[in-house]
Amino acid sequence: MDTRKEKFPYGIPGHNLSEIEREIPIEEPPVWPINDKLKIIGKRVNRIDAVDKVTGKAKYTSDMKLPGMLYAKMLRSKVPHAAIKSIDISEAKSLAGVHAIYLIENTQKEGEEKNNGKFPMVKYVGQPLGGVAADSLEIAKDAISLIKVNYEEKPFVIDLEAAMEMDAPIVFDVPITRQADGGDVGEVHDGSKGQGNVRGPSTSSFFGGPRGDLEQGFNEADIIVEKTYRTQVQTHMPLETHGVVVDWRPDMMMVYASTQNTNAVRNEMASIFGLPKSKVRVVCDFMGGGFGAKHSAGSFGPMAANLSKKTGRPVWLMMDRQEEHIAEGNRPNSIQYLKIGAKKNGTLTAIQQRSHGTAGVGLGAGVGRIAQVLYPCPNFATEQYDVLTNAGPGAAWRAPGNVQGAFGLEQAIDEMAEKLNMDPLKYRDLIDKSEVRKIERQRGAKLFNWSRRQPAGSGKGLVKKGLGVGQSTWPRFVTLDSSVEVKIHNDGGVEIRSSVQDIGTGTKTILAQVVAEELGLQVNDITVNIGDTFFPVGPGSGGSVVTGSITPPTRNAAFEAKTALLKLVAKKWETDSSELFIENGQVGSKKDANLKMPFKEATKLMRTSQISKIASRSDDYGGFQQPWGLAYGDLGSVQFAEVSVNTDTGFVKVDKIVAAHSCGRPLNIGQLESQINGGVIQGISYALYENRIMDTGTGHMMNANVDQYKVPYSMEIPEIETLIVEEYSALSSTDAYGIGEPANIATAAAVANAVYNAIGVRLHEIPITPSSILKALNKVS
Amino acid sequence: MEDKKQGADSNSKKGISRRSFIRGAGLSTAGSVLLTTNAFAFGSEEKLTAGKEFGPGATTIQMKINGMVESLSVEPRTTLAAALRDHLELTGTKVVCDRGSCSACTVYLDGKPVNSCMMSVFDVGDKEITTIEGIAKNGELHPVQEAFIEHDASQCGYCTPGMVMSCVHLVENNTNPTLDDVKNATRGNLCRCGTHPHVFKATLAAANKTN
Repeated sequence: MDTRKEKFPYGIPGHNLSEIEREIPIEEPPVWPINDKLKIIGKRVNRIDAVDKVTGKAKYTSDMKLPGMLYAKMLRSKVPHAAIKSIDISEAKSLAGVHAIYLIENTQKEGEEKNNGKFPMVKYVGQPLGGVAADSLEIAKDAISLIKVNYEEKPFVIDLEAAMEMDAPIVFDVPITRQADGGDVGEVHDGSKGQGNVRGPSTSSFFGGPRGDLEQGFNEADIIVEKTYRTQVQTHMPLETHGVVVDWRPDMMMVYASTQNTNAVRNEMASIFGLPKSKVRVVCDFMGGGFGAKHSAGSFGPMAANLSKKTGRPVWLMMDRQEEHIAEGNRPNSIQYLKIGAKKNGTLTAIQQRSHGTAGVGLGAGVGRIAQVLYPCPNFATEQYDVLTNAGPGAAWRAPGNVQGAFGLEQAIDEMAEKLNMDPLKYRDLIDKSEVRKIERQRGAKLFNWSRRQPAGSGKGLVKKGLGVGQSTWPRFVTLDSSVEVKIHNDGGVEIRSSVQDIGTGTKTILAQVVAEELGLQVNDITVNIGDTFFPVGPGSGGSVVTGSITPPTRNAAFEAKTALLKLVAKKWETDSSELFIENGQVGSKKDANLKMPFKEATKLMRTSQISKIASRSDDYGGFQQPWGLAYGDLGSVQFAEVSVNTDTGFVKVDKIVAAHSCGRPLNIGQLESQINGGVIQGISYALYENRIMDTGTGHMMNANVDQYKVPYSMEIPEIETLIVEEYSALSSTDAYGIGEPANIATAAAVANAVYNAIGVRLHEIPITPSSILKALNKVS
Repeated sequence: MEDKKQGADSNSKKGISRRSFIRGAGLSTAGSVLLTTNAFAFGSEEKLTAGKEFGPGATTIQMKINGMVESLSVEPRTTLAAALRDHLELTGTKVVCDRGSCSACTVYLDGKPVNSCMMSVFDVGDKEITTIEGIAKNGELHPVQEAFIEHDASQCGYCTPGMVMSCVHLVENNTNPTLDDVKNATRGNLCRCGTHPHVFKATLAAANKTN
């Protein structure tokens, strides 16, 4: 491979910015300087699809209406555990306006229980059993209510701790392998080990397995913190529910999907129906929120396809609000035991973690890697158990596992600081080796005015103020299978194409920024056509991988297209293309300032109607920690919380959050602030409000709606200040990373630490509610 | 099929039933605030006309929407939100909770914000409906819409139409809103992406500009 050497900016501006020399492939574009020397990157650039959003013109999957389209509704189980004896569809079938009914029949898959019946075993309330397609949604609903399912009910278990009992009803008799949809990457969840409903443990991640010797570590410790922390089940509740519109034509299966991963849905549908990938097209233009749960075709995708096949018409199948809560994913709960040892000087000697959680009928209820990697500690071990229950399967939820894990670990670290009689922020200075978090602590503490913090519970009066801090880390993942096409048309138009989707994070806009910066144009000169599997395969929008995966090839493809265009201009000017550049929409020459040609005129020099270049994600310049795309370095975050606790009513109000974050080279400041605000607000919601309430007697979710599943509305929104720390690592042609997961990890721990600082009693369980505060204060029993 | 006519005063005497499905549900405290959700803005003085029964099949009605008269054929169980989305393809109005808890379906009825998912299409009568599609006039964005763009006040964008409706109503009716006024105006608008801080900023900026 031909390479060249270049010097890259390296480090944190205002702190330790220096240069590093990297050997990079010869075809990669020249190094970008830091952001304040760039025109479009790192600036506040308006979202390119914002006009569509504020005028109601944006068409989401749920808004689709195709000629001849039918509306479908799923038939779902009303009991948590049963064999199905029969399903009577005779009445539904004869209802006027019903076009097709499809029942899911038993197909014995590897690892599933033996079942000689016609229909699969029911394992949770809300399990899909079939579907109806009709002229209207109302008729489809009527038809569903006319279908009679005859169940042979079996004992079931809903509650996590009840399911762990040896005599609990068994959810699956056999080893299971089904990872929750989009479940955590990094932990190996093995459903084949374990006893009863308790499966596992998983003891390692891609950062390795246990290290050192726990017993020796605890022997060396002067101080031990040993506590159990608990977190609840939260459901995603995206405003647009899961769903698809499938139009299965003879030559092509068209799928409009509300998805975080057009490519995965395409592959899944192709595989299920035995079609070549080229015969399935998945499109997602606007998408109304996913937060991790929308990575697959689910059961609704195949259902809509089967109904479309039966009727020969397009079929609309979107979940309703209740279905969304009970069957389309959740963040599993956790019971986490943590034991931490430290010497008198604060040095950590051992961390032991043991967790149990339930992702319902799925696996993936771990607590992540936070305890493993946030602080260097020579002796570490974790055991993370999945507990099966008769409830809807979990799904990835913004930093899966790690949000639960951070809630435990970052409180335990606070408890250790208190035992050491140290300020919690200073204690983190001592044990945290991350340079970026050091700067985040410094800058964040100043902005937050941390020095006003008083000893725990020392406030006077009814309403007590408290300040707290929480930290997090998220790995820099890259999806190497990330490709993009950049086209320059001969009328000056520039187009970006990839299957990567914009789920509201602003992907369309950052791609336009990258290409505009590279081509010396404006953002609105660039057209972004993404979210379509007819275009080169891009990454799924999960794990904060998109920016780091797709912006480098986007820049590289633009650079290659530019190089091709400049060669044409060089030929005309009888000069060398390496002397030419594009700036402010004009081609110019470094040697002759008189030579100028508008970009649009230059594109007329083409022989063909476009220059088209496709680039894929190349390896990181400095190589990878793991060859599959785990980059070096982390995305570190520090969040500060200020709360008021009314000690009479138990009411907790978050007054202020300062969120200090790093994501490599920031690309769009406004969009980054939006995502950080969102992560913080979801974290507050997790800490104080939302909670899936199950009726253990029937297996039904009691608050499967919007009004009783409490999340923050405007009145609960605190002042949020974001602080973005630029950090250059010289790893790719953009050196940029995402912020989706990092923004959400530390908040609940910061809020819980602030509540402790306010009232002087620590709550080890979320959500922290008025009732739990009053109990902690011994005001109610 | 639905047909469009210019002008907006042709259907005032159609004898359309005014049975209020909200009132029927016993929510007689019109205009009050339910928990943190949006106020139901049904006028309490609204007279109930004893209407004739419709259904169970479809009936053709006319409605004034965004300055146009629209004809549509709907079943009696059709909500205003469903009529807008499924019959008139005005899909900017979103249905999220389908029970008056999230304000994603906010439209104006004679200038007052209502949850269109909680209203029978037969209760609209001759009232003027404004949807998100009718906020920009002659291709010119409302200052609130412009400010939403400038301050990045949408992420996934699914709550955005409802947010814009709530904020435009505030700015049009309060020349000098405070942060608390904006919070109050959007207190029923669910946003799961957590875009509220930018919605607040945008609305205050728009109000400043209009003054």
